[in-house]
Amino acid sequence: MDGQRVTDVVLLACGSFNPITNMHLRMFELARDHLEDTGHYKVVKGIISPVGDGYKKKGLIEACHRLEMARLSTENSDWITVDSWEGLQPEWVETAKVIRHHYAELLAAEKSNDDVDTVNYVKKRRIEESSQHTRRDGPQLLFLCGADVLESFGVPNLWKQEDIDEIVGHYGLVCITRSGSNPNKFIHKSDVLWKNRKNIHVVYEWVTNEISATHVRQSLRRGRSVKYLMPDNVLNYTREHGLYSAESEQKNADVVLAPLQKYLGSSSS
Amino acid sequence: MATHRVPLVLLACGSFNPITNQHMRLFELARDHMHSTGQYQVVGGIVSPVSDGYGKQGLVLAKHRIAMAKLALQSSNWVTVDEWESQQPDWTETAVTMRYHYGCVLKEYEQSTGTHSGPGGNTAPLSSPSPQVKLLCGADFLETFRIPGLWQDDHVEEVAGRFGLVCVSRGGLEPERAVHASDTLSRHRHNIFLVREWVRNETSATEVRRALRRDLSVKYLIPDAVVEYIQRHKLYTQDSEGINKDTVLRPLAKHAVKSLDD
Repeated sequence: MDGQRVTDVVLLACGSFNPITNMHLRMFELARDHLEDTGHYKVVKGIISPVGDGYKKKGLIEACHRLEMARLSTENSDWITVDSWEGLQPEWVETAKVIRHHYAELLAAEKSNDDVDTVNYVKKRRIEESSQHTRRDGPQLLFLCGADVLESFGVPNLWKQEDIDEIVGHYGLVCITRSGSNPNKFIHKSDVLWKNRKNIHVVYEWVTNEISATHVRQSLRRGRSVKYLMPDNVLNYTREHGLYSAESEQKNADVVLAPLQKYLGSSSS
Repeated sequence: MATHRVPLVLLACGSFNPITNQHMRLFELARDHMHSTGQYQVVGGIVSPVSDGYGKQGLVLAKHRIAMAKLALQSSNWVTVDEWESQQPDWTETAVTMRYHYGCVLKEYEQSTGTHSGPGGNTAPLSSPSPQVKLLCGADFLETFRIPGLWQDDHVEEVAGRFGLVCVSRGGLEPERAVHASDTLSRHRHNIFLVREWVRNETSATEVRRALRRDLSVKYLIPDAVVEYIQRHKLYTQDSEGINKDTVLRPLAKHAVKSLDD
């Protein structure tokens, strides 16, 4: 009979990070504490993957800035990193694809670790084996998000059904609650989520923390202080580059969000 | 162009056990708000950690609380930590602390504007208003005025009337209600500035201590340097939370003795 099997976990957070805030970073810390508290997991890495400019969200500033701010914010973290693959793609990439990409990288790293028998860092090497080839004891990639993202699964034409199936069925999700949301209720109401409820880890943030990037941008536009809502080096960066103005908030104002454009536009599923 | 804004220093008294990002946010929010009234120019901020004599449960040594506050405020160019209150032999009433700091601010102001004739100094502009010190606090602080035995009536009058309060609330109407519920505060409502923080952030030192006791992460709730300090000195454990468990809070004890003397 096997004893307490501890699975390595990598947390992947996708989002605008426009800009990154202490709340985003807290999500990682909360998720890690929660998972490790179960005794079944060891969180070995966190990845922040800012969305590309092709997402066309209103007010979304250039990926290069968002990536750099995210990088600055993780300078003092020994386990959270930033990955630019998604952000630098010319077109918007579905979340499921991003997850697949990172999972493949994770497996490649594992394989190269086996090969050289060292506890070394990620070697980017593409392997042809598809991600269905999961090992039971292998590392898991969990999608980290806020309850608002989970509930966005219900927004028509925002997500492909098969992508949701894949994310919760094959990979798994860690969802941090936010005030005003009830993730368990949402899971209950969705058949696919409920079926995969064992793969959905709901983490309660007992200490309400509503810092949102939207609020931060608004404060910056109004010349209000956002010090202590994000790391100082990120704040300095926004000042140096004059980011977030009334003008920047109007970016993509007349454009349809990429996923909606894609799914509404396509005639076949 | 002469500015007629009143120079203002914001003074925050409290346990700071430990200092958190939320404490520091109070200063930032208050400054923005007071500037936006058009009447004030915030020229400084002071964090004044309470002395060990306060006797609050779980209160770790002042030297640690001061060290942590200093680390936290390293990156601030206008808020500083002051040790005077923590160095007094007995717990000091807030009004007394305010008087002290007001005295310092006034003296500094008089020296820098050359109100007394100095060598080759500029004559102070006649319309330059005198500086003020106001108490910076959260909405929960206003509620404490109602606790029997905690505040002397004449002190509430002094703090609210003579000096003034800047009270930052995290959403909700509690501060207006607290002002309304007290005759003294109501009378001085024009000297009580209520700042609404729309972003609800319930980070509190109590929650931070709780997380630390449970070995949970507090990163991004308090500055990294403070996290390191806490780890290095092994502060905030089950034991530390038991400090002063059987002690009466000093202001209550002091007031009880006073009334016995009457």
